[in-house]
Amino acid sequence: MEKEIKQLKKDLEQAIAKVNDVKSLNDLRVHYLGKKGKITGLKEMLKELSVEDKKTAGKLFNDFRQEATDLIEEKEINLKRKALDEQLITEKIDPTLGATEIKTGSIHPLDRTIKEVLDLFVSMGYDVVTGPEIESDEYNFARLNLPKDHPARDMQDSLYVATDYLLRTQTSPTQVRTMEENKAKGPIRMIAPGKVYRKDDDDATHSHQFMQIEALVVDENINLGHLKGTLELMVQTLFGKERKIRFRPSYFPFTEPSLEVDVSCFRCDGEGCSFCKESGWLEILGAGMVHPAVLEMSGYDKEKYSGFAFGLGVERLAMLKYGINDIRQFYQNHLHFLELFERIDKEGHK
Amino acid sequence: MKISRNFLADYLNIKKVDFPQLAEKMVALGHEYDSYYRLVDASKLVIGQVIDCQKHPNSKKLSVCQVDTGDGTKEIVCGATNVAAKQKVVVAKVGAILPGDFKIKKAKIAGVDSHGMICSFAELGFDKKFLKDSDWQEIMVLDDKAPVGADALEYLELDDEVIDFDLTTNRGDLLSMLGMAYEIGALYQLDVQYPPTDYQENNESIANKYSLNVTTDKCPLYLAKLVENIKITDSPQYIKNRLIACGIRPINNVVDISNYVMLETGQPIHFFDADKLQNIGVRMGKKEEVQTLDNQIRKADENDIVITNNDEAIALAGVMGGLSTEVTAETKNIIIESAIFHPSNIRNTAQKTLRSEASSRFEKGIAKERTFLAIKRACYLLVKHAEGEVAKDMLKHDKMPVVDKEITVSLEHINRILGMSLSIDAVSKVWERLQLPYQKRQNVFRVLIPPRRLDLHIAEDLIEEVGRFIGFNEIKSSLPKTTIKKGMWDEKMVYCQQIRDFLIAKGLRQTINYSLVSVSDNKMFSSQKPIALLDALSKERDVLRTSLLTSLLNTYNYNYARQIKDINIFEIGAIYQKEQTYQEENRLAILMRGVYLQNKWQKMSVTVDFFLLKGIIEELFNYLGLQNRYTFKVSTINNFHPYQASDIYINNQKVGIIGKVHPELANDVYMAEFDLEYLYDIAIKPIKYKAPFRYPSIQKDVAFLMDADIPTAEIEKVIKQAGGRHLEKITVFDVYEKEKQKSIAYSLLFRDETRTLNDEEVLNILAKIINVVEEKFNAQVRNK
Repeated sequence: MEKEIKQLKKDLEQAIAKVNDVKSLNDLRVHYLGKKGKITGLKEMLKELSVEDKKTAGKLFNDFRQEATDLIEEKEINLKRKALDEQLITEKIDPTLGATEIKTGSIHPLDRTIKEVLDLFVSMGYDVVTGPEIESDEYNFARLNLPKDHPARDMQDSLYVATDYLLRTQTSPTQVRTMEENKAKGPIRMIAPGKVYRKDDDDATHSHQFMQIEALVVDENINLGHLKGTLELMVQTLFGKERKIRFRPSYFPFTEPSLEVDVSCFRCDGEGCSFCKESGWLEILGAGMVHPAVLEMSGYDKEKYSGFAFGLGVERLAMLKYGINDIRQFYQNHLHFLELFERIDKEGHK
Repeated sequence: MKISRNFLADYLNIKKVDFPQLAEKMVALGHEYDSYYRLVDASKLVIGQVIDCQKHPNSKKLSVCQVDTGDGTKEIVCGATNVAAKQKVVVAKVGAILPGDFKIKKAKIAGVDSHGMICSFAELGFDKKFLKDSDWQEIMVLDDKAPVGADALEYLELDDEVIDFDLTTNRGDLLSMLGMAYEIGALYQLDVQYPPTDYQENNESIANKYSLNVTTDKCPLYLAKLVENIKITDSPQYIKNRLIACGIRPINNVVDISNYVMLETGQPIHFFDADKLQNIGVRMGKKEEVQTLDNQIRKADENDIVITNNDEAIALAGVMGGLSTEVTAETKNIIIESAIFHPSNIRNTAQKTLRSEASSRFEKGIAKERTFLAIKRACYLLVKHAEGEVAKDMLKHDKMPVVDKEITVSLEHINRILGMSLSIDAVSKVWERLQLPYQKRQNVFRVLIPPRRLDLHIAEDLIEEVGRFIGFNEIKSSLPKTTIKKGMWDEKMVYCQQIRDFLIAKGLRQTINYSLVSVSDNKMFSSQKPIALLDALSKERDVLRTSLLTSLLNTYNYNYARQIKDINIFEIGAIYQKEQTYQEENRLAILMRGVYLQNKWQKMSVTVDFFLLKGIIEELFNYLGLQNRYTFKVSTINNFHPYQASDIYINNQKVGIIGKVHPELANDVYMAEFDLEYLYDIAIKPIKYKAPFRYPSIQKDVAFLMDADIPTAEIEKVIKQAGGRHLEKITVFDVYEKEKQKSIAYSLLFRDETRTLNDEEVLNILAKIINVVEEKFNAQVRNK
């Protein structure tokens, strides 16, 4: 028996070595391990052996049959792997070839800037407010302490649609509307973005249409320090943690005191460079303490309440932040311009 | 407002003040400036004397001069017509620099060496408007006392510096040298000196010859003085220089004095030719005409204040004098007017005629004391520089009450608004610097406001003064102490942002376009009458848009013209209309064109067509919770392709349109527009859990042949009805048309969510569907 097994094993090994595909291997399997297979045939020999010999030979037979099965299976795995390898090589690609072009959308830079500012202020408990773009003379001017024939009306050339209605020249009427809606009671924290219009010819720095964000805080004991702290937080959020602000006295009829606010130049850290015209500072917005007459006209008790307000130009902010030099770009919507804003931006806005 | 250093020095001792530094310090006080410059940007100009002047040997127009410049005699070739021996002249020696960085070098002119240049007034770099023809052709000839070899600019008082301030409109008081002297005096803690007004009067009387009758309360103060026998000539150099430095063209000694006094005091004054005047009146206009100095006929109505002679309007008060009483070269006697007119009337008149130096001062208000000061200063200067003789009396209309304005402000109030903790002393010092008299009782100040400070009305105005002089940057920053509350977004705005972000995710770019458009542009996609501006800047932008589509199409054209062919953009913005009131309605507009997805080397591309845009819109509606609620209906829309346009409905309400732009306007462009207000108002069901499918579906395909004009939406409606609850989904997978018939193939998906369907029952449903469709649309089923 041992002899036969040895011979058969040799034959099998030679046969397996010669096989090159799965089909031939299957034939081979049948040839050796099938019902009438050569190995299966050995089983017949066992019948003729003594009980004692049968025991030894039986083990030999079983071991051999297992070994043969394993050998064929191993060969099968090898053959399949080889076949797959051959398949894979035909699927070879050049990963440096061009990708499928998938369109990317983008938020408009003005909306993006508004979102950044609003996110900050909403997180501080400010309510977002909107107001009409076609506004009454009353709300746009008179209720903001700018009666008819006030020389300060020259600061904003207006576009009228009727004797008493105009395209709002500023978002400040939202201050009045909010105070009114609040029924002259209790504290206010509001932020109001929107389009405004001036009778200006369009050029690199002027636009007859632009966007502003208005903020108003009214409460007991509001002071200029609060305005400063709030604006510092804002410029640090928008332009980086190191930014400082500077107040310069100014004049707006609806605030007293009135201030122009500068941010330390984020290109040169306030050292002075061509971007900030060597001054180290960039003008970003107008602000002040709400004029008592404005509080009063909206029904607020000026003895009990005080407030601060500011209005910032969204274009101005975006132009500074991204180094845009022509305000008309925002409204031309050149796709190459819009494309610039399809990606994220991390802090450190140099 | 231009401030000259030499001019200012008359009222304030600013010898030690660095002028550029002054400009910077003023910025910190709230006074921005446009520019700082030296009046004459030249150096090394000296006084010389022409010793000898001969004709140039090679040129008729030139002269060869020997000029003593104090350090020797120089040969200089000169082209001026008036050059002559013995003249004292301004010489730019070799090495001197004239305005425009013009360096003087040794030169050979027509063969003769020239060691410098004799200067004309024009060569000092003044703006053309200040120059006469002779200033170009003739050299400056100085008086005999001019010291040879001395600095010429210093001698001529042209060594001046100028700051051009851009002042805020509330500080009308700073439109004068005196006002500036107070402000700068407060900055440097210097005292203001008033200019001299001491002159002799004669025994003539204005009251004997003239009358004054003011009949309007819009002129509360009117003063008139008579000055006789004036001699009209050129102004002295210092007056000319200062007018030029302040941007006013010198004319003659008399006219210049009126401007000089206005610059000095802030009070505009006017001179009439006294011989053309008898009975002076001031009244409101009554729809009459006035011929003004500039030879124009101006209309005056009941809002304009006019000056009259014998009740005939001769001048627009405070804005412009009249031609008939103008001071001319022949004028001998003049009447000086110094008055106060109501600011809003002046503003109104100036707006429709002309904004002048005078009107801009009147409309910001004048302090009464300046009205008196100005008329005295004018007399003083007319005596000094025009040999005038001043009559002893004055015509006066004075209905202007003298009000002692006093503002009370407590230290606590100051600190409460500024967020500082200033001491009584620190605040007192500010009042002192500003020369504001005050009293203090405990911690309360009573501050007396001098008439010149017309801008100070309430406590907060004074608090601002404290802030300005202490420095707003001394304020420590903090955040308001307040109760914590949630910041609320505007819900409609959030809805728009959600739509925006959805479209961005689909590969579209957000645009923002102008609200103002032209009438013809607006008409393209809207039949609504737009709101028009009363006074538009241009025809391109004179109405408010009633559709966003033209804006998007214009943006498309702008980009297409710049070789950008694949364009996927949208805008969310308002349209405007007037019904009972003004309405602003948010809309969404989308424009798509070109390749949406592609891989060129793989020869794969998806190009925008009607159905791609439709897909984006359907996905958007689904995103907005409006699944199965919208329908598309065939439509024709102005300027859209006649057979590729559709209205979109929700709940039987038209909410928008979609279609291909008419090929006459643009190639292969697809657009859609929606009313977001309506969409926003639709109530939607909340998201609710539903178990995933547990039982398999069965798919059946069926094709019909029918009239080509029947929209598939109608067929699907019928199929859906017939299919009942087991019909889960209908998909069209093939359509083709032939001879007004179309074949349309549907793939129908059946499912029961509680059990496995068997084929037989599905076939029964299918048979029912086929039956109904065939009957309803006169259709034939194809390959069953």
